[in-house]
Amino acid sequence: MAIQQLATPEHVHPGRAPEISVAGIGKRYGSSTVLQGVTLSIAPGEIHGIMGENGAGKSTLLKILGGAIVADSGTVALDGRTVRITAPRDSISNGISLISQELALIPGLSVLENVFLGRWSNTGSLLRSRKDAAHFARLLEETGFTLDPRAIVGTLPIGQAQQVEILKALARGAKVLCMDEPTAVLNEAEKAQLLQVIRKLASSGTTVILVSHYLEEVLGLVDRVTVLRDGRHIVTEDAAGHTPESLVGLMVGREVDFVIPEIPPVPAGAKTVFEAVGLTSTKVKDVSFTVRQGEILGLAGLVGSGRSEALLAAFGADRITAGHVEINGRRIRGNSIREAIKAGIGLVPESRKEQGLVMSRPASENIALPTLSDRSLGGLVRVGREKTAVAGITRSVDLRGARKGAPIANLSGGNQQKALFAKWLLNPPAVLMVDEPTRGVDIAAKALIHGLIVELAARGTAVIVVSSELEEVIGLSHRIHVMRQGRIVAEFDRNASRDEVMTSAFMK
Amino acid sequence: MTTASAAVSAPAEKKFKFNVRDFGIVFGLIAIMLFLTLNTGTFLTDRNFINLFDQAAIVGLLAAAATLCIISGVFDLSSTASLAVSAIAGVMITQHFGVAAGFIGALLVGAALGTLTGLIVVSTKVNSFIGTLAVSIIYRGLAIVITGGAIVAPLPEQLFAFQTWTWPSLFGLTAGSVLMLAMTIVLGIVLWRTTFGRRIYAVGGNLEAARLSGIRTGSIHVAVYAISGLCSAMAGMILASRAGSAQPAMAIGVELTAIAAVVIGGTSILGGQGAMWRAFVGVMILTVISNGFNLLHWDTTYQQVVTGVLILVAVAADGLFFRKAVR
Repeated sequence: MAIQQLATPEHVHPGRAPEISVAGIGKRYGSSTVLQGVTLSIAPGEIHGIMGENGAGKSTLLKILGGAIVADSGTVALDGRTVRITAPRDSISNGISLISQELALIPGLSVLENVFLGRWSNTGSLLRSRKDAAHFARLLEETGFTLDPRAIVGTLPIGQAQQVEILKALARGAKVLCMDEPTAVLNEAEKAQLLQVIRKLASSGTTVILVSHYLEEVLGLVDRVTVLRDGRHIVTEDAAGHTPESLVGLMVGREVDFVIPEIPPVPAGAKTVFEAVGLTSTKVKDVSFTVRQGEILGLAGLVGSGRSEALLAAFGADRITAGHVEINGRRIRGNSIREAIKAGIGLVPESRKEQGLVMSRPASENIALPTLSDRSLGGLVRVGREKTAVAGITRSVDLRGARKGAPIANLSGGNQQKALFAKWLLNPPAVLMVDEPTRGVDIAAKALIHGLIVELAARGTAVIVVSSELEEVIGLSHRIHVMRQGRIVAEFDRNASRDEVMTSAFMK
Repeated sequence: MTTASAAVSAPAEKKFKFNVRDFGIVFGLIAIMLFLTLNTGTFLTDRNFINLFDQAAIVGLLAAAATLCIISGVFDLSSTASLAVSAIAGVMITQHFGVAAGFIGALLVGAALGTLTGLIVVSTKVNSFIGTLAVSIIYRGLAIVITGGAIVAPLPEQLFAFQTWTWPSLFGLTAGSVLMLAMTIVLGIVLWRTTFGRRIYAVGGNLEAARLSGIRTGSIHVAVYAISGLCSAMAGMILASRAGSAQPAMAIGVELTAIAAVVIGGTSILGGQGAMWRAFVGVMILTVISNGFNLLHWDTTYQQVVTGVLILVAVAADGLFFRKAVR
């Protein structure tokens, strides 16, 4: 825990927010460019919305302002003075506070202690909480929050915890609040209150920079809006002249770094292999869809819309409270991964590192894992058979660089992803669900994985693809379902335009 | 994308190199043995080796079980408490039904206690370190309850048969040492070549990935604890056989020595990595050091300092190498 003594913010004029100008901001991770030459300025006391598709670079830009991420290039200037921001501390001392989706509070401490975290008033090292309490009361008055200073933060509902975070920022003298998807986790009442507070703060001179997916909400709140696409700045304009449709038009259309493969049509009369009926969990509500033999179904939607959770529910990995899955017309028992696997479902999960691979073990062992019992005799692994099987599948997915006994962690992202596919192809599945199939892989691996998915479908597997890359979902799928807030809200065919799909994902 | 050409050229895979971490510890053991051979006349003798293996039997059995536990991602601090209870049960059953029944009874009690520990840890989802610490206190308490705090011993006429495990057998080694070696080999094969072993690595290496691969992760952990209970009972049997009695405070703290041996051998405390031979090497290093202090007539108080330093070095090296491997 870094509890640093913060100096009085010297660059901040008391009571007035600075004008923020960023110029030529760029950020790369490995071979992928997240932000490129972003230049814009934000006036004091303005409410500014930053909009864009998944992966457009909105959050990255916000985190650069907040010091959570360091830009590779470009400058940030406050009232024309260039400032160096290399850590959250730098931002805070310049009056800029970042409020992320994951709140940075200490759950075991009280509201008061969190608000003045590490900067409690003291004499010597004796805490003087009375002075803090007075300061706290002033902050409550300014914001109109009603919070009990003695309440333990861990017991508060999320909306109030967020208010604590806002107070903490203000207590540090923040004149610029950078908020990342602040309303995503709130209920309607909390949302309304937050929007009100944001307006109030702005009217008293605080600048609020907001990243949000909710178009109507943003348009009803902000003074000006910036649209990013593919890491590039597209426009910064008055919000008044925009409609949700006009914003979507500006957001979509990112450059593709892959050739959309030719996908053969689903044969007429192909029978339904997979059917989800009213799947309901804590994350998805009444999700129903079917996939036919040889068909690729795409699930599109914003991050957090319940796409991955729909797959996990169908796979028996997330507990469902209602609904079921049928494979070839036969209903399978819910909430059992083993049943799902036995029925012929495979899942390439979203995160290789967290959910997909045992990083400390070799590729071969990872690939063999779900089907171990198929090649065993009295509990012993039939090593010869395993070697043959793994070698075959390794070739067909073009997995390279796997050395005997070496942990799979040593392979590149692309080869790890191929191993993840190989794991579920060792016994050809009836249904393969793939979540973010090409995240963090290079272009060559991406093309190969796309080819693999198309080929699987051509051979009769029913495939479900989830991807945050709209072009990937549309390019790979015969049909597309769009999810929003845990529900399927629209269906499109392959010829849908990106605008149509995106609009249904963004809007109520 | 401007980076197309750079990305298409195949990314260089890290070469799998022979690294010090893999076998360094073996050289360590050889070095110590060489040193003792050169500096004492008594180290490299049959009698000393028989003695060495006999001393290693208890920790060896516990370390073999601890290896399974640690690779699967859990700790078993209740192992020596199970050891005490099963040894006491074994002695009590011997008093009524004879020595053979006593030994079999001890093993059954050990396996049952281990299973219970596993069920408790898995069903309560308590961190295994704390969970098994609590369970160990319960089992020790249980041992006092059933003995009334006293030492229990087989009937005088049973004593000779009861001390079977101290008798010389294969290659002159004591029967206890042979049991330890046999279990190490059997569990080594389990880990190395069975589907169960593969699942142990998977569960310890990435619990969620194992679950999403259709592995019953809870069952794996319960099974591992059951095996740990069985090994504890074997160790308890040998220890009681050696002493000719059993009592509630048997082998207190030895569970930690076993974990130390596993770690010194190079099995990662993070789970998902390691091997049975490593535990064996770790146990032999600790035993040989202790043996060396005796043979050289060094002050044995320093032995603890050396052991402690060794554990620190092993864990630090593990952190260093493991992080390198996974990044």
